[in-house]
Amino acid sequence: MSAEAATDTKTNDWEPKIVAFCCNWCSYGGADSAGMGRFQQPASARIIRVMCSGRIDPLHVFNAFLEGADAVLVTGCHIGDCHYVNGNDKTKIKYKYLENVAHELGIEKERLQLNWISASEGEKFANFIRDVTAQIKKLGPSPLKPEGVA
Amino acid sequence: MSDNKGDEKPVESKVDQEEKRVGVFVCECGVNIGGVVNTKAVAEYIGTLPGVKVTSVNKFTCSDSGQADIQAKIKEHNLNRVVVAACSPKTHEPTFRACIEEMGLNQYFLEFVNIRDHCSWIHMWEKEKATEKAKDLIRMGTERAKLLEPLQASEVPVTDKALVIGAGVAGMQSALDLADMGFQVYLVEKEPSIGGRMARFDKVFPTNDCSICILGPKMVEVARNKNIKIMSYSEVKAVDGYVGNFNVKIEHKPRYLDVAKCTGCAKCSEVCPVEVPYDFNEGFGTRKAIYVPFPQAVPLRALIDKENCINCKACAKACQSGAINYDMQTSYTDLNVGVIIGAVGFKTYDPEPRHDFGYGLYDNIITAMEFERLLNAAGPTGGHVVRPSDCKEPIRVGFVNCVGSRDKATNIYCSGVCCMYTIKNAQLLKEKRPETDHTVMYIDIRTPFRAYEESYNRSRNLGVKFLRGRPVEVKEDPVTKNIKVRVEDTLAGEMRNLEFDLLVLATGIVPNEGIGQIQQLLKLSKAADGLLMEAHPKLKPVDTTIDGVFLAGCASGPKDIPYAVSQGSACAGRATILLKNKKAITEGITAVVDPDVCVGCNVCIPMCPFQAIKFDEKAGKANVVKALCKGCGTCVAACPTGALEQSHFKNNQILAQVKNVFKFQEVAV
Repeated sequence: MSAEAATDTKTNDWEPKIVAFCCNWCSYGGADSAGMGRFQQPASARIIRVMCSGRIDPLHVFNAFLEGADAVLVTGCHIGDCHYVNGNDKTKIKYKYLENVAHELGIEKERLQLNWISASEGEKFANFIRDVTAQIKKLGPSPLKPEGVA
Repeated sequence: MSDNKGDEKPVESKVDQEEKRVGVFVCECGVNIGGVVNTKAVAEYIGTLPGVKVTSVNKFTCSDSGQADIQAKIKEHNLNRVVVAACSPKTHEPTFRACIEEMGLNQYFLEFVNIRDHCSWIHMWEKEKATEKAKDLIRMGTERAKLLEPLQASEVPVTDKALVIGAGVAGMQSALDLADMGFQVYLVEKEPSIGGRMARFDKVFPTNDCSICILGPKMVEVARNKNIKIMSYSEVKAVDGYVGNFNVKIEHKPRYLDVAKCTGCAKCSEVCPVEVPYDFNEGFGTRKAIYVPFPQAVPLRALIDKENCINCKACAKACQSGAINYDMQTSYTDLNVGVIIGAVGFKTYDPEPRHDFGYGLYDNIITAMEFERLLNAAGPTGGHVVRPSDCKEPIRVGFVNCVGSRDKATNIYCSGVCCMYTIKNAQLLKEKRPETDHTVMYIDIRTPFRAYEESYNRSRNLGVKFLRGRPVEVKEDPVTKNIKVRVEDTLAGEMRNLEFDLLVLATGIVPNEGIGQIQQLLKLSKAADGLLMEAHPKLKPVDTTIDGVFLAGCASGPKDIPYAVSQGSACAGRATILLKNKKAITEGITAVVDPDVCVGCNVCIPMCPFQAIKFDEKAGKANVVKALCKGCGTCVAACPTGALEQSHFKNNQILAQVKNVFKFQEVAV
């Protein structure tokens, strides 16, 4: 995307596209709770459900960036609350690696975020999406976004 | 362990070659979705996607007519994949799986897209953006749907025994109902006696009947029931397994006496020289280091409190049945049960650390639970309510409602029972001593359910004063030890300075000690209030997200006694479905190894917390034991060669969603 277009998107009503990976038991439920509580949030996130955050593969995360994601969120149950004993502990370890690779690729740290959200934390989920969206709006579209992608 | 040798492969490859004919059903959910998302425009757009043979918009897709529409269109268009864009899969995925299965489709050919909770409800004032987002979400789902593969849900046998954790009134009800239906029940209670909090109440609202008089017979009934095995003074230490087949380790704390020999005569207590504050009486009065928990305890057996025992051995000399055993060790029992009911109860909010309304600073401020024990005829004062500073009977009694409830500084939720028990407590004292004067300081008085409002009216008729306002200042008169309260009467719009002989705090319901441990053992979620979370707040109030685990009583939110008892029975009913059928259906989602790609590196094996992956020495490959696999997919993400796949969440299925988050803009600038 050209620099001109980038400034254009920053000033206009540009909505970033955020890919949010959610685990079935906690963070997906948190997103449901946000709905039930009518916690309004920017229409930026697209949720992909997996059974456990442990299932989230670097392959999925970097593909999302290559396809045009302005940010990717890795979310799961709070540590100690994993439905599968400790899948999120493994996510935590894997996430360190993800962060390093993202850094190497020149992806700003705001664009890849990890958060633990329980099924009851609807407000937290909404706030998270709102915060990330605001951060990304400041940064503008991802440098990895292919041309012509919306 | 020979249950997967790639035997499903032929089916998958056959299906893969089949042309994908997708039907997309967009639900309006009345105005929940339809009022925000332009469903017609969405359906029109989705209809242009490759493979989509038909789209349909329904007012309520989950209704009979909505489901009939799906079934008719499956037939008419020979659909082999179905996308439903509606609410959360947590609500209706099973409904639509059954719907398409009736038409001969594999239930896993359904893709559920959430355009209500994740779209229309959270973008209520951004209709255009919500419509665009719905298009994206359904496009993602449609592309994923084309790649879905058939799976078989499997059946697991159910052990027809139940574990009930917590023997309060809710847990006892569950145990009794299950036992009466003929199932073996293990009732585990961490305290030395069953009965729970209700055993400590004096009288219970709204009818003011004596609590232990109605609970006591129930406790005895539990003890007498041949199908119930009470494990008191015991705790759950480990839970393993899954629905139908839970392996549970129970720890029995040592009572330091042989329960079989003890008769509960309490001769030992008479000779014990150690006195400690009596916990059953909320710390009022004393008990001995060897004691029977309370007169109606079940089992009626003594125990030694080793922390305070001075080892004088006087009790051993006094005990005529020779029950005392100072060397008793912690012991364990392993159980195998099919279902678990968590009735782990609550505790009352402790105002001590924050000194709410001066509690802990001034003698004559007590909690409602302490007031209950003072009112009780079997309590430390024989039923005389006295003030702690001078043991005089108070005339002017103040009650403060919502302590630790409806307060941003502590807990924001309403505990639901405090209004009623305060009304009851004031009534009881007023009836005992009509000369007393009572003032209840409240935010709102909440009296739902049968005879509650009548009880409130009765209190007012008796002369109990109700003042709407929260004390802003509480002080002690240093000479009289009276409590001086400054409170705004918000109905009259003026400040009042009141003086009480005794101030009673209506403390709310908070999570019980050890609830975190139970939550982790049973792999449950906690709600925002810190109590355990049910599967659905309305439609599955006693189920949890873990199959075969149910919740009763205050474990899952503040409740009064009738509500807790109903939930106890409800759990028993829900559990019986599994126990009687002797089988449970589990998800077909598991990890699968492609032996042609597996190099036997063993990276996956430690990833699995369920020990479901075994190394096949002969073949030099990993092998997934399907009965043990829970389908989390953690091993799949760890596999360096791509030999592991998670059925229903295969890489290509997830990547299809990732790719279709985006679309190419057709219009150039």
